[in-house]
Amino acid sequence: MRDGIRLYLRYVSMSLRSQLQYPASFLMLVVGNLAITGIEFLTIWALFSRFGSLGEWSLPEVALFYGMVHMAFAISEAAARGFDILHRQVRSGDFDRILLRPRSTALQVMGLEFQLLRVGRFAQGLVVLRWGLTSLKMSITFAELLLIVAAIIGGGLLFSGLFVLQATLSFWSVDSLEVVNLTTYGGVETAQAPISIYRGYFRSFFTWVIPLATINYFPLMAILDHADPLGIPHWLSWLSPLAGLVFFVLCLQVWNFGVRHYHSTGS
Amino acid sequence: MAQIVVQDLRKAFKVAKREAGLWNAFRGLVKREYTHVQALDGVSFEIEEGELVGYLGPNGAGKSTTIKILSGILLPDEGICQVMGRIPWQERIDHVREIGVVFGQRSQLWWDLPVIDSFELLRDIYRLSSADYRKTLEKVVDTLELTDLLEVPVRQLSLGQRMRCELAASLLHNPKLLFLDEPTIGLDAVSKLVVRDFVKTLNEEQGTTVILTTHDMDDIEALCSRVMIIGRGKILARGKLKDITREVARERRLVVELDGDYSKEYIRSQVPGAELVKLEGKQAHFDFDPARISPPELIANISARFQVRDLLIENQPIDEVISRLYGELHI
Repeated sequence: MRDGIRLYLRYVSMSLRSQLQYPASFLMLVVGNLAITGIEFLTIWALFSRFGSLGEWSLPEVALFYGMVHMAFAISEAAARGFDILHRQVRSGDFDRILLRPRSTALQVMGLEFQLLRVGRFAQGLVVLRWGLTSLKMSITFAELLLIVAAIIGGGLLFSGLFVLQATLSFWSVDSLEVVNLTTYGGVETAQAPISIYRGYFRSFFTWVIPLATINYFPLMAILDHADPLGIPHWLSWLSPLAGLVFFVLCLQVWNFGVRHYHSTGS
Repeated sequence: MAQIVVQDLRKAFKVAKREAGLWNAFRGLVKREYTHVQALDGVSFEIEEGELVGYLGPNGAGKSTTIKILSGILLPDEGICQVMGRIPWQERIDHVREIGVVFGQRSQLWWDLPVIDSFELLRDIYRLSSADYRKTLEKVVDTLELTDLLEVPVRQLSLGQRMRCELAASLLHNPKLLFLDEPTIGLDAVSKLVVRDFVKTLNEEQGTTVILTTHDMDDIEALCSRVMIIGRGKILARGKLKDITREVARERRLVVELDGDYSKEYIRSQVPGAELVKLEGKQAHFDFDPARISPPELIANISARFQVRDLLIENQPIDEVISRLYGELHI
């Protein structure tokens, strides 16, 4: 395990140095990433200035949802990007090289690329989260802060799991990836707002099938002390970051199944 | 037991039929038709530790499929395959720790970074102790003359330099078995010789088993004690290259430089027992079968009728022999 982390860090450092070989292009990508996500939040702000609130939620509260989900997504975009580009490796045959190394395939794929430019999205999420907390003028305890951090990490794992699923699909088909984008990019859009504003079936899907609600909704219910219309008790909110971990582990099982399939078809 | 034992290996691929045209592309979304390609159709062989074996065959004959199965990437449909007592795909991690693979057409080095960075990554991947790593590195750097290349980003290397680095990269963990898939493809003459020398020394001094696939017959002639020829999924010939080619290439070639210009027809009429295959200016190339006409007799015949400036007997060019062999084996 420790050895695995050490290897992953070596991959990360190589990936970073590769990207910094072209500093101008790297800077432009970061700025672009920051600008795109920044404009996204501006549109939300514009909507609020028109309508005042979203159901029972104020803008600073929604800012917390927004900030957390974007930080979580930025983590997985940076760290699990290798899974996102796997279909290219499979098509070109470079995935064979990964099978020829005496290490876990998932670890090696994760190491294919670490996208530092995602600090753009991460920073923007952090700024929005911070702004939300200040505007709410609430004092949060250390435990609550810990819950927020854990929820963001759990969310990172959850989105990474989705990237793993997407990569696994590429063992069967190179073209069916858009389906997964619905749940990754679509998931980010969805979880920017409190999940209680959506219709029942939609809410259930993002609670029980892909547990997006655990990234920010459940933890924030506890922190903001809102009663959940679904009737989920607050103590469960404190466990919700674990859902991301469980989801990620399950996705890795699916991944291993996909690798076995690759062994027998070679494509 | 031999280091590699392969018995009656079979592998078929399902390949989606794609017909030309936009309409057919759309139709393929709904209904796909598959063709069945039998890549390996009962392949058996054994390879002993320390051998240097050439694996030949035209494109699509099943070479890469065999290599992929032996290296644990691919699962066969049927048959037995044991490498160093292991079934490669069942014990992937233990298996790949002891083999090295070089694909001539693909790189394992990080494109934008200095070569040494890729080597250090491999050190971590294979969990090499720094003492072992340094010892092996020193040795390969020395024999492949990489000292000046280590700090150069891979993208700036020439193809020959890169291939030397690829070879080094696949040997850092001291594999007992090395697969080389077209290692000299596209290389200039000097680089080819360096690679060849290195492989030969590696095999002789360290006893590393090497399986080499190539289309370069000079590689095979220079290196391989034994060859196997595969075609349409079957091993069609095996043994020493000389013995295999003797069957199809009983004939020797005599190149004569004549002192004067003659027409093909005239030369043919004057030299029975040998076939004039080529006439380049004053140089006439004859193929003859030494069992039917002895070389001294043939030379005597020719010098009795022509003024001869120079002559040379050689084996037929190996490429021609192999392509004739493929023809005879119907592959």
